[in-house]
Amino acid sequence: MSCWETIADYALRSQGIGERLLPRTDFTLCQQFTLIGSGMIWNIYFGFFALCSGFFLATAVAMGKAAHNPWLRKPAEWFIFIFRGSPLFIQFFFAYFVFLSLKGAYPFFSPLTSAWAGALVVLFFNTAAYSGEIFYGALQSIPKGDTEAADAYGLSGWSRFRRVIWPTMLRLAWPAYTNEAIFLFHATTLVFFSGFPATQQRGDALYYANYFADKTFNPFVPYPILAGYFILLTLIVIGIFGVVNNRLNRHLPQERRKTLKVRPQIIR
Amino acid sequence: MFSFCSDPATLEGFQWMSCYLTTGKHMSMYWAVGTVLLLLAITAPAALAFGFAGASAARSSFAPLRWFGKAYIAVVRGIPDIAFFLFFVIALDQAFEYIRHRIKCPDWEEPVRQGNDFVVCTAAKLPLGNAPQWVHETYGFMLAVLTFAIVFGAFAANVLFGAMRAVPKGQLETAEAYGMNRRQTFWRVLVPQMWVYALPGLSNLWMVLIKATPLLFLLGVEDIVYWARELGGAKQPQFTDYPHADWRMWYFAALLAFYLCFTKVSEVVLDRIMARLTHGQATAAGERQRKAAT
Repeated sequence: MSCWETIADYALRSQGIGERLLPRTDFTLCQQFTLIGSGMIWNIYFGFFALCSGFFLATAVAMGKAAHNPWLRKPAEWFIFIFRGSPLFIQFFFAYFVFLSLKGAYPFFSPLTSAWAGALVVLFFNTAAYSGEIFYGALQSIPKGDTEAADAYGLSGWSRFRRVIWPTMLRLAWPAYTNEAIFLFHATTLVFFSGFPATQQRGDALYYANYFADKTFNPFVPYPILAGYFILLTLIVIGIFGVVNNRLNRHLPQERRKTLKVRPQIIR
Repeated sequence: MFSFCSDPATLEGFQWMSCYLTTGKHMSMYWAVGTVLLLLAITAPAALAFGFAGASAARSSFAPLRWFGKAYIAVVRGIPDIAFFLFFVIALDQAFEYIRHRIKCPDWEEPVRQGNDFVVCTAAKLPLGNAPQWVHETYGFMLAVLTFAIVFGAFAANVLFGAMRAVPKGQLETAEAYGMNRRQTFWRVLVPQMWVYALPGLSNLWMVLIKATPLLFLLGVEDIVYWARELGGAKQPQFTDYPHADWRMWYFAALLAFYLCFTKVSEVVLDRIMARLTHGQATAAGERQRKAAT
């Protein structure tokens, strides 16, 4: 069996398209590359949609935490505390069993017990809490002159937020937010190890890497392949966020424009 | 546990609950909390030691050692830590067995890797096949600790490397001007001063370490996640004295609350330590503290 045939069979295996049976004996390098790469579809899916949706909730949570009104501030603080103070692994388990009992009561919730929706909801809330805290920190460090200038121009309410506060907040938060995005992609590897079932062995990259390591009893091939894919993904994320960073800073004179430093802290 | 627990079928409400929560299996779960704390107690200093070694290696003037240190720091950034956990547990186990194999059975002819099997001679097995159960468990736990120490050591190395660079250059130049050699400058000037710069990163790391402890479950240790899944599942009356429906949701809610309390307490304690360390320091935080006091 040539490598092209393997790719045709397994490239979309993680979505249930192609050959049903996973390879069982005589594992080739090509099979491992193809299947682990196929699993990356899930990692990108979870990371992309959680980031895009979580961004808006994060902005709302940050504004809530910065608000004077305790009815807005307290819920936002608790939301951030609960999702940042507990392990994501436990959150996945807890959410899965909550969704399971909800499904028992109302069949309407049954999609939430499968990974594509349930895990996405958890990741959405999780990233919203982490980025909410980052945005809150950025809100606190907006230069006083910026808001004073907005007041002097007679801006208020929505236009003050949209034209002055929000862009400045994003600009200040962007390096830390890039870091958060990288970590979110890493966190997506937990999904299929935490209760959410991989139906018909449709799993993510780590699921397949673990499958090969278990079958061949040789961790030195599948895990480095996985590592290679993730380093590539990290570089792509940094590239995209760098482009956005340039756009956010486009009004600054050329020499004051800071390029996004690729110095991701390893700490979320 | 209690005297009235002899016939659980007749109990109700609070009494049933107090008997249920003190069964032997629940006691194992409470012990598992001890396992988590033990893991933290061993891993934190071990990771710090690995981190210190890594950061020192990354600053070394000997090029291969420097590359090794930098690679150690860099590699954890791009790759999910869970992948490392799954990798190191097998890799370390095989490495240990291979080394013992080479020492104990030098006249073994066949290759160690045979197709999909990893074969070492019986005397090199770790732990030995006839070892009691607790040896197996302890060995598994030690592998997990070592894995945690290696992965978090890389994180700590990153923090300490940054802290070493944050120490003002003038301090090191002064040390050189006093005639100290590289080693003396490192131990007498750089190391004592770097901790203030490292503490925010290290306290953050401690929080991440706490939140990584449930991953012990993935490494095959019978930890609290294992017991929560085991005990929470629906129990039929014919197999147990305490039948109940699927309670896993509540068990994980309890774990969630446990971790929230743990991180909250750590946060308060670390804030206090930080406040004490910044006292009188010539940093922005120290200046704020001074202004607030007057």
